[in-house]
Amino acid sequence: MDLFEEGFAKALQLLLALDPEVLGITLLSLEVSGAATAVSVVVGISAGMVIGLSQFPGKRLVVSLVNTGMGLPPVVAGLFLSILLWRSGPLGFLGLLYTPTAMVLAQGLIATPIVTGITIGAVQGLPPALRLQIQALGATRTQQLWLLVKEARLPLLAAVMAGFGGVISEIGASIMVGGNIRGSTRVLTTATVMETGRGNFDVAIALSVILLSVTLLVNYLLTLVQQRERPR
Amino acid sequence: MSQAAILEARGLVVERGGVKVLGIPAFRLEEGEFVSLIGPNGSGKSTLLLTLMCLLPRAAGQVLWRGAPVATGGDAVAHRRRMAMVFQEPLLFRATVYENVASGLRIRKVPRAEERRRVGASLEQFGLAAMAGRSAGMLSGGEMRRVSLARALVVEPEVVLLDEPFANLDLPTRQGITDDLERVLHETGAAAVLVTHDQSEALRLSDRIVVMQRGEVVQSDAPAAVMNEPANEFVASCMGMETVVEGTVARQVGGEIVMAVAGREISAIGTALPGQPVYCCIRPEHVTIDTTNPAGSSSARNVYPARIDGVSSMGPYLKVRLDCGFPLVATVTGESFTTLGLARGRQVFASFKATAVHVIGRAC
Repeated sequence: MDLFEEGFAKALQLLLALDPEVLGITLLSLEVSGAATAVSVVVGISAGMVIGLSQFPGKRLVVSLVNTGMGLPPVVAGLFLSILLWRSGPLGFLGLLYTPTAMVLAQGLIATPIVTGITIGAVQGLPPALRLQIQALGATRTQQLWLLVKEARLPLLAAVMAGFGGVISEIGASIMVGGNIRGSTRVLTTATVMETGRGNFDVAIALSVILLSVTLLVNYLLTLVQQRERPR
Repeated sequence: MSQAAILEARGLVVERGGVKVLGIPAFRLEEGEFVSLIGPNGSGKSTLLLTLMCLLPRAAGQVLWRGAPVATGGDAVAHRRRMAMVFQEPLLFRATVYENVASGLRIRKVPRAEERRRVGASLEQFGLAAMAGRSAGMLSGGEMRRVSLARALVVEPEVVLLDEPFANLDLPTRQGITDDLERVLHETGAAAVLVTHDQSEALRLSDRIVVMQRGEVVQSDAPAAVMNEPANEFVASCMGMETVVEGTVARQVGGEIVMAVAGREISAIGTALPGQPVYCCIRPEHVTIDTTNPAGSSSARNVYPARIDGVSSMGPYLKVRLDCGFPLVATVTGESFTTLGLARGRQVFASFKATAVHVIGRAC
């Protein structure tokens, strides 16, 4: 129990002291996961709308692949992206390996199927005749999509939360393509693993508390937006 | 041909999975006209509305607006913006009543001041002014239908397509909403096509009734004509002719046909060749029930001893099923039923005039 008590005391100390290194790690975590979530929202919602609203041969296979992607192990995403970005790899010339950009790409790869899958479910859960009603109101194609997104906004916010939750807490991909470089690619999860490995449980617990708090705060804000809506 | 109809379809064919579900050689809706589409489920009524709105792909044919063919793409959007459609389900947005009613105007990018004026007026028209700020999801079924109608009519459409918008509503609510719709359509002069299963609603509201069966128009005529002179036995049953019996023309006497029906004779006005197979159609409200033989006191040509086989309530009326050699249905008021001492199994006399019988030719 001493370890936990010491850990929480240390966490409080680091938070209250606004430790520059911890602050930097926290901000980078938010930046990387926030950017990855933003990418996944743009790509995932667009792809989910197209897949959910269209009829095409092989649709079930595509939906199955997306659903499988929702459970994509971060280390697999990290491995795949590492090979692509490796100095001698197909995208090695970009020089992105061990940069925050690579971490955004890896986390985006993890979050996009989650957002896409939930979006497909959300769109398919809307009344089938609603699209006809929107068209009957005289909406253009763009207006139709926007109105459908608005109608599905509650599950879509859940998709954003699931996407963000999936990437802020992942470690495998971040450590593989980011490298946990101090002051450059070290985020809350990679730092926690490192400190645990060193036996610095108090710092590791402190970082975990911060990670949980950040996740809780972001999800609380998104939940506030979501629950502002009254149930139908 | 008269001047171009406001909305028209020519040679319309719609297929689903390679199977033809709609085949309409010609359909016209005139300025300010109210047309009701009647027919059983699956007869193509809703498909016709969706096709007129250019919401379904056509295998063949054209939709025309004031004589000009409507193309697909942007032209179809412009076409839809001249019209409005109300579906069976209210299909309201997850928003307030005001925002729902304003949605069509916002799609058309109507300035906000104009939007407020028109939405305010529409909410008043449909008795929704007090609930403008309420969430649409918290409304009752009847209120949702009102919002749905207000949303459709606030855009001031020239044609309104109504796909059973009053289905599953209780009678008083349905009556109130129908009254409001009738009033607004009268004020705006918009033409309308209503899909309904309720013949009394169709008779009350329509300038013309179109009866559909298996994706085709069976009869298109004024309400009185469809009601009293149905084109075939299917239209007869659709329009509430409860008695449709098979018979054969026995003889022609002057302007009167006498038909043999299940060992009895039924007289009707008209001409037909002896031996011709026919259907005799009789509306229940044209049948009179007496406890004594009315032959001497009534002008009815057709009088039969009958037994009451069954009675069912239809609100203020009772539907009485009679067996007079052939099945016959009559309607009587509850008061008459009690006064005459009618009951199931009782022997009575059923009578109806020759003019009450509509005769339709029948294939052998």
